[in-house]
Amino acid sequence: MTPEEQDALKRARRGRNLALGLVLAGLVALFYAITWAKIAG
Amino acid sequence: MTATIMPTAASITVPSEWRDYFALTKPRVMSLVVFTGLCGLLAAPGHINPVLGFTAVLCIALGAGGAGALNQWWEADIDARMKRTAKRPLPGGRMERTSARDFGVALSVASVLIMGLAVNWLSAIILAVSILYYAVIYTIWLKPRTPQNIVIGGGAGAFPPLIGWVAVTGHITLMPVLLFAIIFMWTPPHFWALALFVQSDYAKAGIPMLPVVAGEATTRRQILGYAAVLFPVSLAPWWIGGVGAIYGVATLVLSGLFVALCLPVALRRSVEGDRMKPEKRLFGYSVLYLFALFTALVADRLILGQGLAA
Repeated sequence: MTPEEQDALKRARRGRNLALGLVLAGLVALFYAITWAKIAG
Repeated sequence: MTATIMPTAASITVPSEWRDYFALTKPRVMSLVVFTGLCGLLAAPGHINPVLGFTAVLCIALGAGGAGALNQWWEADIDARMKRTAKRPLPGGRMERTSARDFGVALSVASVLIMGLAVNWLSAIILAVSILYYAVIYTIWLKPRTPQNIVIGGGAGAFPPLIGWVAVTGHITLMPVLLFAIIFMWTPPHFWALALFVQSDYAKAGIPMLPVVAGEATTRRQILGYAAVLFPVSLAPWWIGGVGAIYGVATLVLSGLFVALCLPVALRRSVEGDRMKPEKRLFGYSVLYLFALFTALVADRLILGQGLAA
């Protein structure tokens, strides 16, 4: 693998990990909000 | 994770990015799904906690995205043969096929479970049925086998307002079934207008679209036929008293124009080098039509306070 391809791979992996992290954080926030909504309801 | 380009002998290794996963969900189709689902939710009688309402719409979007990913996983070879779809992540060689399948299954299962646990299980069951309907009945079974694929497959896109409505009410009544019927009857003219001007692409991919199998004249007649049926179906919510005059008048105009735009498509035949303007105009208007009709439905409910549990 050339250095350019390695860089591209790293960039893609970093982007995917960041996106996955944001999705997981969003799910935590969603479940927290759902719990409160259920308790209030 | 890396992917190997499938159709060519020269393998190119390209990393798949988050954008590729996003593209798998068919964002443009999803926008219409989310919109009609949200409108079904807003037009339904009763009240839903805003957080749970948001969750319901999110689950509809996730379910549609999962079904879209499964569709692209199954149709990767077909997509590679069509200009319109050749640059998608799988035919473009930016993702492994199994990654698309796993992503689709994960999104689908998560959407149904969250919908069931947070909103209600009836809407979760309908969501599951809609995903299976699109991924299995339409994509795997009907699309490659029958020129009527769009007619029955259109049911998959008709579920969102029904799911949104049931998320609020918890039960199925005539009104959400009519909303389902409107999208069901709208889908054939919408897709066949597209199929008329991308006809050669579908033929090359071996998909038995109506224009390819039954010919242009039959397709044009059927476009008008479905539009003629759509006209009374779209007005039925008004006739049964489920909505008020805002929806009624708006739909009268919108559906009238829809039929009017179908007429030139039905009466003409394409010639060599035809730019297919009436067909493209009908396709463009059909998207606008659905947005406008559902906007009128919600406006009616919010302004006139209708949306009776008919």
